[in-house]
Amino acid sequence: MNIWKPLVLILPVIVVTTGVVYADRDEREGEGRGWFSSFRLDVAPVTDPLYQEECGACHFAYQPGLLPERSWQKMMTQLDDHFGDNAELVEAKRQQIEAYLGTNAADHANYKRSKGFARSIKADEIVLRITDTLYFKRKHDEVPARLVTGNKDVGSYSHCAACHTDAAKGSYNEHEVRIPGVGRWDD
Amino acid sequence: MKYLIRLSALLVCITPLSLVANPVVEQLLQDYKQQSPDRPTAAKGKSLWVLAVRVQGVDEKRSCTRCHGDSLANDGQHAKTGKTIKPMSPIVNARRYTDAQKIEKWFRRNCKWTWGRECTADEKASFLLYLTTSTD
Ligand code: HEC
Ligand code: HEC
Ligand code: HEC
Repeated sequence: MNIWKPLVLILPVIVVTTGVVYADRDEREGEGRGWFSSFRLDVAPVTDPLYQEECGACHFAYQPGLLPERSWQKMMTQLDDHFGDNAELVEAKRQQIEAYLGTNAADHANYKRSKGFARSIKADEIVLRITDTLYFKRKHDEVPARLVTGNKDVGSYSHCAACHTDAAKGSYNEHEVRIPGVGRWDD
Repeated sequence: MKYLIRLSALLVCITPLSLVANPVVEQLLQDYKQQSPDRPTAAKGKSLWVLAVRVQGVDEKRSCTRCHGDSLANDGQHAKTGKTIKPMSPIVNARRYTDAQKIEKWFRRNCKWTWGRECTADEKASFLLYLTTSTD
């Protein structure tokens, strides 16, 4: 009889439980990162191919979990003047995308950052830009403007994937940030 | 078996030549022809592609190359968002011009953005002839 066998079986259970406990702690503390949080994504990645195609054509396909449902709803009713561009869709596609955004919006998502974005907006307020939310501003207030607007490879904060190397996977971990022409972010 | 191999080899060889005959583009060209008496040409498409227009209220001259870049074979970059746009030539990017709705949608948006108006049927046909045959 091999005495290691039961241990080997139990080990993953221990590891998983510890992960859950720490992830849970992480969740409650909001700001800190637990041992296992690098395994957890900040927001749910985009899964809908129609959304990826239509809303990822002109810019990075922002995850639905970055804004609350009321923001998306408003945006989806004024696509003819979308931040100065025309992003109109045929009605069937518009409705399908609106539903996808609504279901997966920040105020319905069980992801740490999504909750952060949703909670930072006042209940009676509708913010259309992710970059205008309080949570976003707080997370980026230590980044000097010359690295963003003064950086031709970034241009503006709206270009998430320029700095967050794994943004497309829904990961915004500050340790994965590489600012073009500057490199790693160490604060 | 050998016959099949030869046949597929033949198909591979003629694919580049048949690009203009992409059924989606063929159909669109037919439709445009019925809407316009003019004769569209690739040469006309090429000069329209680089034609820079100043739209009222916009403080720059804009052309299609503003986002699609100087070569159809290379990546372009969206003027406002900086996002990379894949090459426009179907010879290097096989996913191009495979969906009529998509083509019409972008003609509508991009003609308005670039020139401040929708493009005519003759202009769209000329663009398609140029875009599908050139890698300049
Ligand atoms: C025709 C091009 C185009 C399409 C298509 C498009 N957008 Fe945009 N979008 C823009 C532009 C231009 C901006 C403003 C970017 C800037 O200010 O740098 C923008 C900005 C945004 C922002 C704000 C980003 C920020 O600063 O926080 C969101 C959110 C957004 N778009 C969502 C969408 C969604 C959802 C769709 C699909 C329904 C979509 N976009 C389709 C061009 C487009
Ligand atoms: C100019 C580069 C740049 C751009 C563009 C940018 N970010 Fe960031 N982001 C950073 C840096 C740097 C940090 C870390 C800041 C710090 O630690 O003080 C950060 C932190 C974050 C965090 C917190 C992560 C953590 O581990 O605490 C989130 C969430 C985030 N960004 C989301 C976004 C989203 C969404 C966008 C696009 C709408 C975006 N960022 C655009 C550079 C950028
Ligand atoms: C403001 C930026 C911008 C400008 C200027 C622009 N385009 Fe585009 N164009 C795009 C984007 C974004 C797409 C969709 C993304 C993609 O297909 O890679 C696109 C796609 C297209 C398509 C669809 C190709 C396909 O695969 O079906 C055509 C056709 C097109 N553009 C033609 C034009 C023409 C003609 C002009 C000039 C009148 C022009 N564009 C100017 C941004 C632009």
